[in-house]
Amino acid sequence: MTASIIEIRGLTKHFPGKNGDVLALDGIDLSIGEGEIFGIIGMSGAGKSTLVRCMNLLEKPSSGKVLFDGKDLASLSKKELYEARRSIGMIFQQFNLLKQRTAIENICFPLEIARMEKAAARRRALELLEVVELGDKANAYPAELSGGQQQRVAIARALANRPKVLLCDEATSALDPATTRSILRLLKDINGKFGITIVIITHEMRVVEEICGKVAILDESRVVESGIVKEIFARPKSSAAKRLFFSAGAAGIGRRSIRIVFDGQSSFEPIVANMVLRFKAPVNIMHADTRDINGLAYGQMLVQLPGDDAAANAMIEHLISRGLSVEEVNGNA
Amino acid sequence: MPDTEVMKFTQMMGFGLLETLYMTLASTAMAYALGLPLGVVLAVTRLDGIAPCRWVSQTLNVIINLLRSVPFLILLIAVQPITRAITGTTLGSSATVVPLIIASAPFIARLVESSLNEVDKGVIEAAAAMGSSPMRIIFRVMIPESKPGLLTGAAIAVTTILSYSAMAGIVGGGGLGAIAINYGLYRYREDIMMVTVVLLVIVVQVLQEVGMRIAKKSDKR
Ligand SMILES: Nc1ncnc2c1ncn2[C@@H]1O[C@H](COP(=O)(O)OP(=O)(O)O)[C@@H](O)[C@H]1O
Ligand SMILES: [Mg+2]
Repeated sequence: MTASIIEIRGLTKHFPGKNGDVLALDGIDLSIGEGEIFGIIGMSGAGKSTLVRCMNLLEKPSSGKVLFDGKDLASLSKKELYEARRSIGMIFQQFNLLKQRTAIENICFPLEIARMEKAAARRRALELLEVVELGDKANAYPAELSGGQQQRVAIARALANRPKVLLCDEATSALDPATTRSILRLLKDINGKFGITIVIITHEMRVVEEICGKVAILDESRVVESGIVKEIFARPKSSAAKRLFFSAGAAGIGRRSIRIVFDGQSSFEPIVANMVLRFKAPVNIMHADTRDINGLAYGQMLVQLPGDDAAANAMIEHLISRGLSVEEVNGNA
Repeated sequence: MPDTEVMKFTQMMGFGLLETLYMTLASTAMAYALGLPLGVVLAVTRLDGIAPCRWVSQTLNVIINLLRSVPFLILLIAVQPITRAITGTTLGSSATVVPLIIASAPFIARLVESSLNEVDKGVIEAAAAMGSSPMRIIFRVMIPESKPGLLTGAAIAVTTILSYSAMAGIVGGGGLGAIAINYGLYRYREDIMMVTVVLLVIVVQVLQEVGMRIAKKSDKR
């Protein structure tokens, strides 16, 4: 077990509104271990941004505690809080770079705030530009960079003061899939190389799937499920988790999903591939955890069925006739 | 016109032009010394600012709105006691600087406020997340990030102040405005009037153009 770097206990946050208070966070308990890549996933409005903003006290909790590295952030003086924030990097959906500063000047910004000497700051910034593979863009202004490049500069800037944690609020939501993947790979590298704990806020399952070890599912201001990503994928309990996993995907794919359980009763064969060929309709494999043990198939698979209902039903029948246990998982539940 | 008269005329125009420039630039500089910090306070203390403070914000807003709703010509006369107390007279270009500052500082405060207010809230949040104090956010984020807007505002301010300065000619201010009124209005010298108008237009255009170019050049967005 790793020691936890962020510990959240009974966190509640409400915002005063015209029609009464908005309860954005309701009794959140969360423990994020040192060195983890921890996902927090939820639909829009679930309270994700509010939660992550409570982690560096950009948002003041209404009640409950946020412990960072064992310290209660709310108990710190203003100066101590500014100090503590330097060891919590943060990146955003809109990158939030200073638009009148070049890439390298952006990276120098947190170092200026930490009163690092100018030449040393520049050296550190150049080093970070190399880490994010933008060594040749030091003097470019944000307007001259692509979204992915801007996010890389933002990551470099967030790492400048050697933080212990990097908070990412929808950091890839404004990027195309290929750029998203490259940014996620970079985050994973950073986690591996520097041992920085990474908190990933997202509404996209594929982001969690790609890099998170653990995940908490936030729904209507509460954590409804949390744990190891693989386990939650295989056996989602909450309806929110199912909804997030099975939101409509690619063309031809519908909203119906099934879980196929292989319990050693059938031989190991490319059952899904054969089924697609036979019914000439697409499916989407959401998750597969199967093993071939002495020629028999064990494990389970989550599959999104075609949008065409007749084809979907035929597929289910086909699978049952093959002696497989099939359970429909209602994505809209 | 005989030669000596042409020379006198040219001299008078040149002197008027210098006086106008002096009044305008001196007032602009001093009005900014007041208006810039006021604008910063307005932007910072407003409801969605980085340090909201209702009473400061409301008090300043009331004062600024009051001053801005008085027409300049009336303000010019109303503040004469203050002008006399500071400069010892109400005549001439130096005396005109006082009402010019009083009239334009609130206007500048508003220009500054709206420029600062345009800075992306996300960028401010990012700076706060990096451990910047409010002071550092003001001086290292809000002001530098709104530099192009501030410069555009300055170009607008300087031309507005210039036109105010010409109005001051009516109550004994100096510069091209006074020449236009003394010769054009009281002595029916329309030729002189026309020359001052052309000069004023040229000065306004030059100031405006230079200001806008500097603003545009400074913008990296
Ligand atoms: N500053 C605020 N004032 C009032 N309500 C807010 C504020 N910030 C967030 N909320 C409300 O809190 C809820 C959660 O918002 P947020 O944390 O931004 O959700 P998410 O990031 O998951 O989309 C929403 O209902 C939102 O309207
Ligand atoms: Mg959000």
